[in-house]
Amino acid sequence: MKKQVKEDRFQGHDYYNIDALLHDDHKIARDAVRSWVKQEVSPIIEAYSDKAECPVHLFKGLAEIGAFGPSLPEKYGGGGMDEIAYGIIMQELERGDSGIRSMASVQGSLVMYPIYKFGSEEQRMKYLPKLGSGEFIGCFGLTEPDHGSNPSGMVTNIKDDGDAYILNGAKMWITNSPVADIAVVWAKDESGVVRGLIVEKDMKGFSAPAIHGKWSLRASITGELIFEDVRVPKSNVLPGVSGMKGPLSCLSKARYGIAWGAIGAAMDCYDSALRYSQERSQFGRPIGQFQLTQKKLAEMITEITKAQLLVWRLGVLANEGNATPAQISMAKRNNVAMALDVAREARQIHGGMGITNEYPVMRHMMNLETVLTYEGTHDIHLLITGMDVTGLNAFS
Amino acid sequence: MKILVCVSKTPDTTARIAFKDSNTVFDSNGVQFIMNPYDEWYALVRAVELVEAGGGSVTLINVGREDNDTILRKGLAIGADDAVRIDAEADSAFFVASQIAAYAKEQSFDLVLLGKETIDYNGSEVGSMLAQLLDMPFVSHASDMQVSGSEATISREIEGGTEVLSAALPLVVSAAKGLAEQRIPNMKGIMGAKRKPLAVIPPVAVAGRTQTVAFSVPEAKGAVRMIDPDNMEELVRLLHEESKVI
Repeated sequence: MKKQVKEDRFQGHDYYNIDALLHDDHKIARDAVRSWVKQEVSPIIEAYSDKAECPVHLFKGLAEIGAFGPSLPEKYGGGGMDEIAYGIIMQELERGDSGIRSMASVQGSLVMYPIYKFGSEEQRMKYLPKLGSGEFIGCFGLTEPDHGSNPSGMVTNIKDDGDAYILNGAKMWITNSPVADIAVVWAKDESGVVRGLIVEKDMKGFSAPAIHGKWSLRASITGELIFEDVRVPKSNVLPGVSGMKGPLSCLSKARYGIAWGAIGAAMDCYDSALRYSQERSQFGRPIGQFQLTQKKLAEMITEITKAQLLVWRLGVLANEGNATPAQISMAKRNNVAMALDVAREARQIHGGMGITNEYPVMRHMMNLETVLTYEGTHDIHLLITGMDVTGLNAFS
Repeated sequence: MKILVCVSKTPDTTARIAFKDSNTVFDSNGVQFIMNPYDEWYALVRAVELVEAGGGSVTLINVGREDNDTILRKGLAIGADDAVRIDAEADSAFFVASQIAAYAKEQSFDLVLLGKETIDYNGSEVGSMLAQLLDMPFVSHASDMQVSGSEATISREIEGGTEVLSAALPLVVSAAKGLAEQRIPNMKGIMGAKRKPLAVIPPVAVAGRTQTVAFSVPEAKGAVRMIDPDNMEELVRLLHEESKVI
């Protein structure tokens, strides 16, 4: 596909010198992923988004730089890094495109993580190195057509059949599903308990059609998972977990990455708007000299800086094993909404050019509409915070 | 083969350049620093390639303070085996070359590689000074280098073509574009780099020979002026009287 001639001139923004709080390996990881994005993502992303096509070849590159499960132990194909490094990698990938970050966070947090956390040693050794190296692509099946914000109402189910379970049901909005080799699927057993299963693409009765017509995450492939009497060996059931805490712990991991990732998209929009405001002249002076433009830019960098501090602290808590799901919800909700606001303001600063793919802003803006909704909607996360501070459950 | 690769820290290519203290000191406030790309992309990567193919070791060296350790760790993540930092301000090319030479004399390296210049001062001085101080041959601007036994064959891009030279090891070579391709370190390399040795040694006493008096930034480019195509006389007048190019 045609490469874009325009140079990616992005530079990072660190108004409060948060770099001083990072370790060398965090900064080196950030620079490495930023270089990779400039080399591999920026030149092609507009063309792939335009055609609504997934750059599947990037799975290999993401694996080579170590973007899949960077905080999992090296023995299982991970990078042995800490949670801040994982967050920074997600930030830099989403600086390129939310869809590329989604490819990596699904593979790492929603597929490799549950197999590592809840899988048997045999399952770990069978799947994790191949997922880490990009040989296998994975996807995660929780959301159903009629059960999005209420996943525990799922109807996908398994029935005992000797040495296997018979899986029936359907999952919706599944990132990577049409190109996936395996799916980590959550389904209810005969007593209504949620279990995790590893479903392989060649299993009879399993299909994963693509969903078309998205105006968001156009460079990421999304599909369904359809199970019609799929016979899944019992050895493919994740032995280490039962109940909703299985999928929810995966979501905490992925939401944590999104809280960081959204800052990447916001920084890219801010960076582009700041540069444009200095290069674009109207009424005989750069538009950055007008108070209303400065207000937009000043508020953008203020909100980005607050979000950076939020995830840094969340990262420290995560490294200590003390980040609560509610704290992660707050960061995901705040940072994604922040990024969407920044994208919209940046779009205005770019004027008419802001609606074209000459600049990354409108693509980020459209992507962030998905990010605002997936992995727990903006409103659901608010109610999680509400429940956490009041002790009262608004869901039931 | 024992290879020494000299690396510098430079402001990122997108950094805003400003000076302080009456324009005598570079203002590093808010500036992001990187490893000098000529050192990283070409000198270091070629050194790592040579060792991967024929065995040996790659040692990184830098003259600077503790905050330079990040670039040394990055170099270790790319594939160097160990690193040395001479703990002093790198305040002139002669000072830097003298410090590196004092270390290298004790170590008997077969090859000393560095970028053809840093992207901040563009001095291109350290390589030739090092060769002189170490009494080694020096080849600058290498765009290709093959080593066979104790002899290196090196190509340089020159006006209108390529020059091919041969030189005996030990040798100092400065690297230009084309010598290798940028390698992005992966997460395993970055974690592995934390376990590789990084020695910090004190500087030797060297008297500076130059002193920076002042810096100045180039004047900002003026706005483009459009001249009516029917008014060529005005264009000629501006080129003659204002731009003074004709």
